Amino acid sequence: MTGSNERPLTKNIDLTRGALDVVGYERAGGYLGARKIATGMDSSSMLGMVKDSGLKGRGGAGFPTGLKWSFVPQGPDSEAQKYLVVNADEMEPGTFKDRMLMEGDPHLLIEGMIIAAFAIQASKAFIFLRGEYFESERCLSKAIVEAREKGYLGENIFGSDFSFDIVMHTSAGRYICGEETALLNALEGKRANPRAKPPFPQVSGLWGKPTIVNNVETICNLPGIMANGIDWYQSIGSGGDFGTKLFGLSGRVKNPGCWELPLGVTIREVIEEYGGGMQDGYSLKAFLPGGGSTDFLTPEHLDTELTYDAIGKLGSRLATGTMILLDDKTCPVGMIGNLMKFFSHESCGFCTPCRDGLPWVDSIFEEFERGGGTHKDLAILHDHVDYMGPGKTFCALAPGATAPLGSGLKLFEDEFEAHIKNRACPYKH
Amino acid sequence: MNREVIVSSGKIARDLSDAEVKEIEHELTLYPDKKAVGLEALKIVQRHNGWVSDESMLAVSKYLDIALSELEGVATFFNLIYRRPVGKNVILFCDSVSCWIMGCEKIRKEINSHLGIDYGETTEDGEYTLIPVPCLGDCDKAPVMLVGEKMHRNLTVDSIKSLSSSRETQNKSGE
Repeated sequence: MTGSNERPLTKNIDLTRGALDVVGYERAGGYLGARKIATGMDSSSMLGMVKDSGLKGRGGAGFPTGLKWSFVPQGPDSEAQKYLVVNADEMEPGTFKDRMLMEGDPHLLIEGMIIAAFAIQASKAFIFLRGEYFESERCLSKAIVEAREKGYLGENIFGSDFSFDIVMHTSAGRYICGEETALLNALEGKRANPRAKPPFPQVSGLWGKPTIVNNVETICNLPGIMANGIDWYQSIGSGGDFGTKLFGLSGRVKNPGCWELPLGVTIREVIEEYGGGMQDGYSLKAFLPGGGSTDFLTPEHLDTELTYDAIGKLGSRLATGTMILLDDKTCPVGMIGNLMKFFSHESCGFCTPCRDGLPWVDSIFEEFERGGGTHKDLAILHDHVDYMGPGKTFCALAPGATAPLGSGLKLFEDEFEAHIKNRACPYKH
Repeated sequence: MNREVIVSSGKIARDLSDAEVKEIEHELTLYPDKKAVGLEALKIVQRHNGWVSDESMLAVSKYLDIALSELEGVATFFNLIYRRPVGKNVILFCDSVSCWIMGCEKIRKEINSHLGIDYGETTEDGEYTLIPVPCLGDCDKAPVMLVGEKMHRNLTVDSIKSLSSSRETQNKSGE
């Protein structure tokens, strides 16, 4: 059991063998948290416990989980049907954390879902899984069958008077489905355009019923909180954030990977101790701290603690916690162009700044790549940081794109200028 | 049973197979209305036929009583619904940021020279179709691609050579 208390999300994950089945998971202390619903704990105390734990959503926005749940109307006058939806549509560029949890320890997610569903009194949940995650689908489907056979899903789970079941829904590939209201439209069989808010899903979500959408990693935090308590949870982490978080590294680092570490660990520790530093011959130029929709940070920020606040104060976001490292041999303009192509392709097409702005930005980056970029183009790029920024669009997709765009334009001004001056990409040999 | 024929652009709804109907019926038990099953039904039809033809589209529209235009709108929205025939194995090639940094463009060129296909194209023998896909979520093993249902990680020029030389074994494991 060594280390299990420090790594509540990944203690059962061993990449040299398959995921634990229900028996193995229980032997490792699993389903103890969820069993509390059969031993007298009521739903409001469970919700209160999650609220008091200080758990924040791990999908990107970092919204307090218990607070989100508390917006679901409860009581005799509320809608009887409530839904829980797990957002497993992991598609943020450079993000590979939820896959590890689903394929490494599927019962942890199921146990967390039971806890969340009981707290909000939802009798039905959907796992909204991205269609390309075939292995995750196999792991989760097998675990769901095992849990059902044990009576942990279905009618009167754990012998309580609470009934709850899970439906696996595999998507067909669109980044915008990660936006929670777009996800709900997709689940209802519609095009995944985001919805206007309010009403918020907590009040009127899936088929108009109160619905909570939580990220996979968020849900996986719940069994530990329930089994070990708030004091234990808050003893992990620093800098105002509690618990652990999955942090990942990709790019030209010696040992790329994903690790569960306490919130508050420094960026340097992750890159140097866990990632082993940059590959020989490469040095770190800049990095995106939490996936493709975050602002660039630079080596001068390496000693910053990885907390929502600390990264926020630098003008970026902790978001998914999976860092993408840019080295000195890779063209920053090309990297931003790659991200713009992604965002442009994945725009749902509903609102003008995003639908028209992103392809325009994308085409300018292509022109820079070909050596035809001009100062006028550069000015247009700067304008779009504003045109597609927060408050100008229907959802967060285009503002997400402006994070690497806006920060990159400032940080890599010289590189943009060099493309214009040389009429070519200076990084191409 | 209602055997009325729906005609659109000269195309006629085909009959869904028993297996397709069985799977669609199962999905209908999981959702509160038929509309929610539209995309699932398209995926089922695609799993059985490789792609979604106009005749299949009409069949699903008729079976679930979803307007054709609405179903078409959903089908064209999602990246993984194929409205044109594809090869036996679809290569979903990750060209997002981490794979790009790790040199996926080189791998793409290698696919191009060994399999003779670029994005949107199918090999002459109908084995492979190459399609770009947003970040496959395996970034610590970049560059990566998905062939059928199997992830190929830490791609090198050599892994593409061996893919193209072992097409037959690939077909079996791709199921």
